[in-house]
Amino acid sequence: MSETLLCFKNVSKSYYGNTVLSDICFEVSAGEIHALIGENGAGKSTLMNILFGMSVIHSTGGYEGDVIIDGKKTFIKTPFEALDAGVGMVHQEFMLIPGFTITENIKLNREITTPNIASRVLGKRLETLDMVKMDADARKALDTLSMDIEEFTLVEGLPVGHKQFIEIAREIDKTGIKILVFDEPTAVLTESEAQNLLAAMRRLAQTGIGILFISHRLDEIIDVADRVTVLRDGQLVKTMNTKDTDVVEIAQLMIGREVTITPVQTDAKKISDEVMLSVKDLHVGMPGEMVRGIDLEVRRGEIVGIGGLAGQGKLGIANGIMGTYPSTGEVVFNGNPLALNDPRATLASGIAFVSEDRKGVGLLLNESIELNIAFTAMQVNGHFLSSLAGWNLRNDREIRENAERMIKDLDIRCSSSLQSTGSLSGGNQQKVCVARALTQKPQFLFVSEPTRGIDIGAKKLILDLLLRLSEEYGMTIVMTSSELAELRSICNRIVIICDGRVEGILPPDASDAEFGLMMSGSRGLTKNADLEPVH
Amino acid sequence: MMTDANNMLDAKNAHELNKNSGLKAIGSWALEYIVTIIFVLFVLLGFAVSKDVSLNYFFSELNSRVFRNAFLVLSLIIPVLAGLGLNFGIVIGAMSGQTAVAIARYYGLGGVSALLLCSVMSFFFAGLCGYFTGKLYNKTRGQEMIASLIVGYFANGIYQFLFLFVVGVIIKVPATHPMIKPDGIGIRMTVDLMPVNKGGLKYALDNVYKIPFMHALLILALAILLVLAIRYWQNIRRGHAHKNRPMTFAFNILMCLVIAGISAHAIITKSSLMMIPKVPVVTGLLIIGLCFFTEWIMKTKLGQDFRSVGQSQHIAEVSGINVDRTRIIATMISTILASWGQLIYLQNMGTLNTYNAHTQIGLFSVAALLVGGASTSRASIKNALFGTILFNAMFIMSPEIGKSLFGQPALGEYFRTFMVYGVIGLALGLYVWKANKKNKIVIE
Ligand SMILES: Nc1ncnc2c1ncn2[C@@H]1O[C@H](COP(=O)(O)OP(=O)(O)OP(=O)(O)O)[C@@H](O)[C@H]1O
Ligand SMILES: [Mg+2]
Repeated sequence: MSETLLCFKNVSKSYYGNTVLSDICFEVSAGEIHALIGENGAGKSTLMNILFGMSVIHSTGGYEGDVIIDGKKTFIKTPFEALDAGVGMVHQEFMLIPGFTITENIKLNREITTPNIASRVLGKRLETLDMVKMDADARKALDTLSMDIEEFTLVEGLPVGHKQFIEIAREIDKTGIKILVFDEPTAVLTESEAQNLLAAMRRLAQTGIGILFISHRLDEIIDVADRVTVLRDGQLVKTMNTKDTDVVEIAQLMIGREVTITPVQTDAKKISDEVMLSVKDLHVGMPGEMVRGIDLEVRRGEIVGIGGLAGQGKLGIANGIMGTYPSTGEVVFNGNPLALNDPRATLASGIAFVSEDRKGVGLLLNESIELNIAFTAMQVNGHFLSSLAGWNLRNDREIRENAERMIKDLDIRCSSSLQSTGSLSGGNQQKVCVARALTQKPQFLFVSEPTRGIDIGAKKLILDLLLRLSEEYGMTIVMTSSELAELRSICNRIVIICDGRVEGILPPDASDAEFGLMMSGSRGLTKNADLEPVH
Repeated sequence: MMTDANNMLDAKNAHELNKNSGLKAIGSWALEYIVTIIFVLFVLLGFAVSKDVSLNYFFSELNSRVFRNAFLVLSLIIPVLAGLGLNFGIVIGAMSGQTAVAIARYYGLGGVSALLLCSVMSFFFAGLCGYFTGKLYNKTRGQEMIASLIVGYFANGIYQFLFLFVVGVIIKVPATHPMIKPDGIGIRMTVDLMPVNKGGLKYALDNVYKIPFMHALLILALAILLVLAIRYWQNIRRGHAHKNRPMTFAFNILMCLVIAGISAHAIITKSSLMMIPKVPVVTGLLIIGLCFFTEWIMKTKLGQDFRSVGQSQHIAEVSGINVDRTRIIATMISTILASWGQLIYLQNMGTLNTYNAHTQIGLFSVAALLVGGASTSRASIKNALFGTILFNAMFIMSPEIGKSLFGQPALGEYFRTFMVYGVIGLALGLYVWKANKKNKIVIE
């Protein structure tokens, strides 16, 4: 068990003179689940990129120190070499080809082929694909994760949760893998999906694979990992056995101060009786998150939470109203009917949206942070524009001031507001998405999974900010989240979605059991998947 | 019970959503195939306004043109699938083919064996050129189409230097040779390739074996019928029944039957349709062979790599596919196929227009592919064949339209050029527009 598979020795890396990792040393042994934890921007993904030989590393001057795999000093220059060395990775950002089927993605560059006449003469690359075998393998990998989606479905348009699972299925399907890296695999999953995954991880570890597991969910780490290594600002703080530590200590080590997330319920806020948004019989055609007829009323000043298991349709609601997916139904906002399937009009009427899919509809990755933050407000509401002789000019100073305020408020870790969003860490990109929505100064805000992939310190910041917006500016907020604890900490009431319909509405202080029962659907007896209640 | 109700509801939803988006769907479909639609309308207009275009004339013209060009158009498919866009660089392939023909002609070689020799020579010329073109495309990522246009012009310069100067000045040739200009330097503007029965290359391939047009049509219709049926059956057998679309299948079968019926009728009654000239069987088989080759290669590991690279270079790279090499292979295949396509073209024309034959090839083939409904990122055999037919139909009809509407066939010529460039311009415009749309932020 304790044979060392992977060892980082004095690994350092800097991007353009900016040190993001210095002198990292730790080991992963065979059959171990080793957790890596740290704040957003602490350098976790960078370390994994080094291990995986990603081109970002080598095009920015490489790294210092040694990576030792199986006792041999290895210098991995391309992902291909990483595969050869037995390193697999589930990426934080999806590496799936949208126009391919699930099978094709799972088998990407590992297609099963059969020789033919041409290939015998001209080489292996001309061997014929064996789609039947490939489908069967894909099916097996999907079954391991208890996913019952058809393997020949196109990946395009699938919800994020599914994409993450496909990504994992691909790694599971690989043979000869010695080390498997999971970069925040559970960030996009609901609790029950995550449980599924953790179970799969344990099974994999038992076969002797060393697993490096990055997550912001501390309880998961305590639950599944054997050892945990904490990074802070590119420095290694400590490596510990998980059984000798607890959530509080890890959090302290990683942030360097004490944090607690306590439900901050204030009664000071007044919610008017005025209905601000009323939704009648909403149907949304979002693949994997079908909404099948929802009625909902949101009062001015309220924070409404939308919860439920993945695939039940909770994510479809905001997407349908905002027009990212086709929808039918009747939506009245501020007394005026809202045109569906017209995102621009919806945005212009004062509703903003933080999408759960930050890669897909999120950011202009090559543009600066400040432009990304100002973009929607500029395009839709015409903010930050000064008109000069009939021409609309960008007001760069205002844009910068706004961006700098947001960077401070949301603690976006960057070198300046001019840095391109593509070079931010995953969690900090998410913060930019939130900042962009807030910049629109909306009266009404939809946020979907706002804290996905965000460390607990920053999570608290964002939740506090949402609460402050609601209290100080009277903003009405509908927050969709897979994390019940998060919903319960700031929402006034929580709507539980099951099977595309409203299953019920609960106050935040309802018991765990009540939530669990409702999420699994009281009439859910016909389905037995996802039945376990959520804690 | 519950699930049943759900299903019904879902069906109802889908129906409602469909109803709402039905018009939109037609709109976006029309936008997608706007070029094809314009061309079909144009050809129909031609038939409506011109009095003296008989069906016979139309088909004879179309027949020879399609057999001449189809191979070239088909050679464009693989680069599109590999994400290289429209490979205007096939002109380089065409030049390689012409060089081979020029060499054969110089030494007075003729017949099928000479054509075979030409195909071997052009395989190497085009392979080499394709390799360097591919390298260039890798250096100009994202701008491949522009690069391919430019590289075509550049290669044309070298070609002219070679044929106008090197031949004669550096390589001494006898001025008396019928191919060489009277002053002994350079190759003539037009070189007669000599009929095959006089020991030349003209119709070397076409004349091997010919059958009447209607017979060919009948056989083709029946063959397609067979292929469709086999594919349908195979999909079911392999558990891919979801790939079968019964409606499309039924429609295709019906079309095949109708065509087979018409040709059988014409053969039996010996109607005037039998007057259409015979078709070259070997050329036809080569074209069909290329179709199968393209289908086949897309089912191999290499083909899958083409598609992966075409969809996302980044993800392909991360998955360990050698992106650069894959793209170079795609370019090489396309260039070699184009050089063979040019051989087919030349043996049919019978004269080598030394300095002009290749210049239009790139543009015309690309336009034909686009007319068939392809785009810069999506192309199929169907697109190529249908496009070749439709594009050439437009070519035949435009002087007629010019004549009957304006009394001037020349106007039709202008029209022709306008359509060619218009189509390409539109396709490139749409490409940029779509790329921009993809880059735009949020919820469009
Ligand atoms: N391509 C790049 N160019 C410049 N700086 C970069 C680049 N990629 C990452 N960085 C910087 O390196 C630091 C570490 O980023 P990294 O992605 O490793 O963080 P992380 O620990 O994975 O955070 P998260 O939890 O948010 O995913 C960040 O400050 C980030 O801005
Ligand atoms: Mg990261």
